[in-house]
Amino acid sequence: MTTSHSGSARHKERLDSVAEDVLRNVRFNRGFILWMGFLSAVLLVCLYAYVIQLRKGLGVTGLRDITSWGMYISQFVFFVATSLIGMLISSVLGLIGYKWVKPIARIAEIIAVAFAAVAGLVIISDMGRPDRFTYLFMYGRIQSPILWDVTVVTTYLLVSLMLWFIPLVPDLAIAKDRLEGRPKLLVKVYEILSIKWVNHPKQVEILNSTIRILLILIVPLAFAIHTVTSWLFALTPRAGWDSSIFGPYFISGAFVSGTAAVIIAMYFYRKSYKLEKYLTDFHFEKIGRVLALVSIVYIYFNINEFLVPAYKMKALDSIHLQELFSGEYALLFWGVQLFGLLIPTILLLFRQFRKPLPMMVIALFVLAGSWLKRILIVVPPQAHPFLPVQNVPIQWVIYKPTLIESLVTLATLILVLMIITILSKLFPVLPIQELAEEENADLEKQEFNN
Amino acid sequence: MTWQFFKQIPMSEKKKKEVPEDSKLDDIVESSRRDFLKKVGIVGAASVTGAAAIYAGYRHEKEKPSGEMVKVLTEDNRLVEIPKEQVKDYKPDLKALQTRGRVGLKGKKWVMVLDLSKCRNARKCVAACQGAHHLRPYEYHINTLVMQESHNTPAYYMPKTCQHCDNPPCVSVCPVDATFKRQDGIVLIDNERCIGCRFCMAACPYSARMFHWQKPKGEEADKGQEYNIELNVPQKKGTISKCLFSADRLREGMLPYCVSACPNGVFYFGDENENAVTNGTTKETVILSELLEKNGAYRLMPELGTKPRVYYLPPKNRIFEFKQWTPPEYIETT
Ligand code: SF4
Ligand code: SF4
Repeated sequence: MTTSHSGSARHKERLDSVAEDVLRNVRFNRGFILWMGFLSAVLLVCLYAYVIQLRKGLGVTGLRDITSWGMYISQFVFFVATSLIGMLISSVLGLIGYKWVKPIARIAEIIAVAFAAVAGLVIISDMGRPDRFTYLFMYGRIQSPILWDVTVVTTYLLVSLMLWFIPLVPDLAIAKDRLEGRPKLLVKVYEILSIKWVNHPKQVEILNSTIRILLILIVPLAFAIHTVTSWLFALTPRAGWDSSIFGPYFISGAFVSGTAAVIIAMYFYRKSYKLEKYLTDFHFEKIGRVLALVSIVYIYFNINEFLVPAYKMKALDSIHLQELFSGEYALLFWGVQLFGLLIPTILLLFRQFRKPLPMMVIALFVLAGSWLKRILIVVPPQAHPFLPVQNVPIQWVIYKPTLIESLVTLATLILVLMIITILSKLFPVLPIQELAEEENADLEKQEFNN
Repeated sequence: MTWQFFKQIPMSEKKKKEVPEDSKLDDIVESSRRDFLKKVGIVGAASVTGAAAIYAGYRHEKEKPSGEMVKVLTEDNRLVEIPKEQVKDYKPDLKALQTRGRVGLKGKKWVMVLDLSKCRNARKCVAACQGAHHLRPYEYHINTLVMQESHNTPAYYMPKTCQHCDNPPCVSVCPVDATFKRQDGIVLIDNERCIGCRFCMAACPYSARMFHWQKPKGEEADKGQEYNIELNVPQKKGTISKCLFSADRLREGMLPYCVSACPNGVFYFGDENENAVTNGTTKETVILSELLEKNGAYRLMPELGTKPRVYYLPPKNRIFEFKQWTPPEYIETT
């Protein structure tokens, strides 16, 4: 990376135009206020549901002694999974040297930060005694996977936050003089956060090496958080969870849902922020290929996860698999596997579908499928424990989420949307400085067009 | 102490026949304890924290300065004499209860043996347990299940408690040490500590654990009572509960609630170190290793490596016919 801050007039011109395009969206317009107002209103309703849960206990959910983990834990797994995308885009693809990820990297980090930040809250919503949350730090025992999870999710959140913030610093410096008409407070925040950035070569050097270290650091960290999350299940002896490929199975699934989330976000910013110039068809084409690739890997792990036990049909495995293939969960299972994974993957192999709109629709299916898939991973294995379930109320046997439970789950999703909105509305969503320098990417793009 | 540990527990003939109902149970426990104390003459052993803490437990009717002396056992097992007037009821506070509850009874390794050839699904164990621990009819520490391998193997009844595994998966996964293994082999839970994550439920292969999804049955009645970790009463909303091998009764030298409630002689309970177990119905004490060997004892799902402390004797040579049981329809109550 070279920075020529004295640079040519062309560079200055380009910087001006990028800054203008990107910063145009940094303001409190009607849409933003309405959207946040809407989110807050829904959040309030959901919080009321949580208050009911606090008062009456977890009995207001569909959870009982047989199926004691349900929607909340599924939501937690889904959040951790989706947050992994930050690592995939900025680290793996970035370090390999793909220039096209540049305008997407920050979007991916925003998604990572938002989902990782709320994942912890999801866990609290599932706790029978949320008032004792601090016990985890006071009495934590290191051999419990929950402790590992808490540790790595927190670390991952911090590193992702840094990976969002540090590359933002030069942009804040650029932006702070171009914010006429915005609230004084916002300008002040920009001034403080830009930590006296003047684009001095020394500063640039420190910045680049810090980012590089973080990008490398976050790879094992991200693998750790989702592997550990998969171990919450794989470390128990239950049929359906007792699997030695749960780690990679979860990680590959995580890339699928994260990529889908990024595609949806890209589409949204392109349209409503009018960023067609920067988030081009070319970028969609590329990320579409990524989604196809990670989906194929995920399909491979799915085949392993289901075919191997299905061939052996050990007693409890066979009950579990029958429930999925042809029993209670068959509709959900085949729906998710076909419409949330298989068909999208096949469609993505064709160039016509790797255009913004069709891809956004595909990504919606994939994301919804990913969420339901987490339910399928968490819930059915609990319905058939080793010993028979007898002499309990009939409603205990089949897990049915309640309205309150759904609202509390929705609350966490709303929080994610709020964080994403704030981060992408109050701060530049695309890297101004980097885009202004982006000559190589242009070359790549030309090659592609030819 | 000899291996006739439990035989010394006197129970009047009438009480022996009577099966404790939920409400009466506490009274019976209390009065049988008093009988026991009177007959033995001195008070029973107990280990509590604090060197000065002496378990007296002796209900002295009137205090008159008489110069009379009584013998008491201190917690380090010394027999000492003190003036009768100075004997006071010892009531351990929460801290003492927690500390002694986490340590357990020194030198013991409790085991349970269930003879399935005798179980007729009387469900008295279930009722006694639910009475002692203030549970609803569908909340179980012990639950009698109908087991049948396949249609051409016999069906039989199997009371199922927590197996008090020597390699307990529930303890490994608990993030806050709310469920733990004591030196006497018992796995207990501390509902003052439990954060309600239910990881232990996911990990337990025997489905031995229950959760308080709503406010516990005895919440109002038990208000203000000191929490006894060995009885897990008062139960708390949002925390785990499970079979405790009646650790509170063992401390008093008595058999667990379920064991003494069974009318059919299914349960044996005792100390592995002494190689002796006592039948809860007949009060007969037998040699553990012999009982296990002669009857071809087994444990549940040994392949999981959990090493349960509960043994089962197979349901062979039953002198009664298996009667299919239709459980009442349980409705959740608040
Ligand atoms: S039976 Fe279950 S709850 Fe009891 S010790 Fe074993 S794993 Fe823990
Ligand atoms: S529910 Fe309570 S006892 Fe069980 S693992 Fe969680 S904290 Fe430990």
